[in-house]
Amino acid sequence: MGIPIASTLGMLGDNLTKRKSALPLAGRVVTAWADGLDLPHGGKTVIYTGQMWQMVPAINAMGHQLAQYEEKEADGMFRMVRRLNRLVNLTSFLARTTAAEREVYYERLRNIARLLKAAGVKFGYLYEDDWYAGALAYDEGLDPAFRAHAQRVAEMLKRHGVERLITVDPHTTNMLRSIYPKVVPGFHVKVTSYLEVLAEHPPKTVRPLDSTVTLHDSCVYARYEGVIEPPRELLMHGGAKLVQPDLEKGLTFCCGGPAETLFPTKSGKIAAQRIEQLKACSPNVVTACPLCLASLSRAAPKDVHVRDISDYLVKAYLPAAKA
Amino acid sequence: MKVDPDFLDTLRLGGEFNARQCINCGTCTALCPLGMEIMPRKLFRYALLGNKEAVLKSTEPIYSCLLCKMCEANCPGGVHIAENVRALRSYLNAEVLEV
Ligand code: SF4
Ligand code: SF4
Repeated sequence: MGIPIASTLGMLGDNLTKRKSALPLAGRVVTAWADGLDLPHGGKTVIYTGQMWQMVPAINAMGHQLAQYEEKEADGMFRMVRRLNRLVNLTSFLARTTAAEREVYYERLRNIARLLKAAGVKFGYLYEDDWYAGALAYDEGLDPAFRAHAQRVAEMLKRHGVERLITVDPHTTNMLRSIYPKVVPGFHVKVTSYLEVLAEHPPKTVRPLDSTVTLHDSCVYARYEGVIEPPRELLMHGGAKLVQPDLEKGLTFCCGGPAETLFPTKSGKIAAQRIEQLKACSPNVVTACPLCLASLSRAAPKDVHVRDISDYLVKAYLPAAKA
Repeated sequence: MKVDPDFLDTLRLGGEFNARQCINCGTCTALCPLGMEIMPRKLFRYALLGNKEAVLKSTEPIYSCLLCKMCEANCPGGVHIAENVRALRSYLNAEVLEV
């Protein structure tokens, strides 16, 4: 009973080994967000998404599919699916997404790139070489597949002559900044989260925020990477008023997202608990991680608005888009 | 209870496993959002005692850990709890689940 662990993880590991991602997306799905932004190809400093934002709609769809098997006996079927997936990439069947669902997440990436530009940061993009960094495989202990992949990513970055990566989510930041140097000998690429970059060079506030918000710290940013003050500084500098729960910063409470794939019920309960803590402070919940955003959005009742921090930063720091 | 004296060494092959520093205070279990009695203190006891069978029976807690480090941030023993859980997963993946 329960989602079969071996076949599910096996499939993620097989995908990483064969197709360079735990949930392999079509090339255009990875890069379409950058259309119209005129980001130069490559360069010493690049924005690196690690495909996390692009992957969230697929993770949501996959989670939805898997949840149906939480109370069933499905080992045999999952073993068969894994075998088949070795031959054909089943991601687009198992995790079907619509253009509208993808667009919600692309918009966040576009906003982040626009904010960096407004802050005067010069950066390029690797387009089809913006590869997944391997966080899920690492977390699930799929060590051989992860190590081989990390080596491959490091070689690709070297080929491009990349010296500095600007990351846009905590999991990719953690992989490239803290884990790769341990598993890839000689990996010395400088890795900075866009929140740290912006906090250091904040763009001018053009439309001060007139909102009271509560910030949900991602466990990975706060406890693994020490990224605690940058989101606060950026929100407050932009005019937002922060009202925080007791469980914040280094004591933040998880969004439940990491258990979503294998234990969706547990994951939902933890997310609901976190939403209760946050909503006691403000109905405007701000996240700084695509997985926290997805997990807390699922658990939020109608009167709680969960938004990514970039949604607020765009309002504060960029001029209104022309109609 | 069958004891496997080499169990801890086998776990260490997958990376760090520093549960020996655990003073069994219970802070981690009290703070863990999963609210499972076994997480993570008892699990580490089993590993330290070489109780391989009990660890093998604990796949659900091992894979449901969020690696959120709420426990670790408050652990007086300085136990690298998340890394230890990852080491257990790595072991189970290779030895039992064959992934
Ligand atoms: S908090 Fe640390 S020392 Fe205390 S029981 Fe948990 S692992 Fe052991
Ligand atoms: S890291 Fe795992 S054991 Fe520790 S508090 Fe989080 S869920 Fe519980």
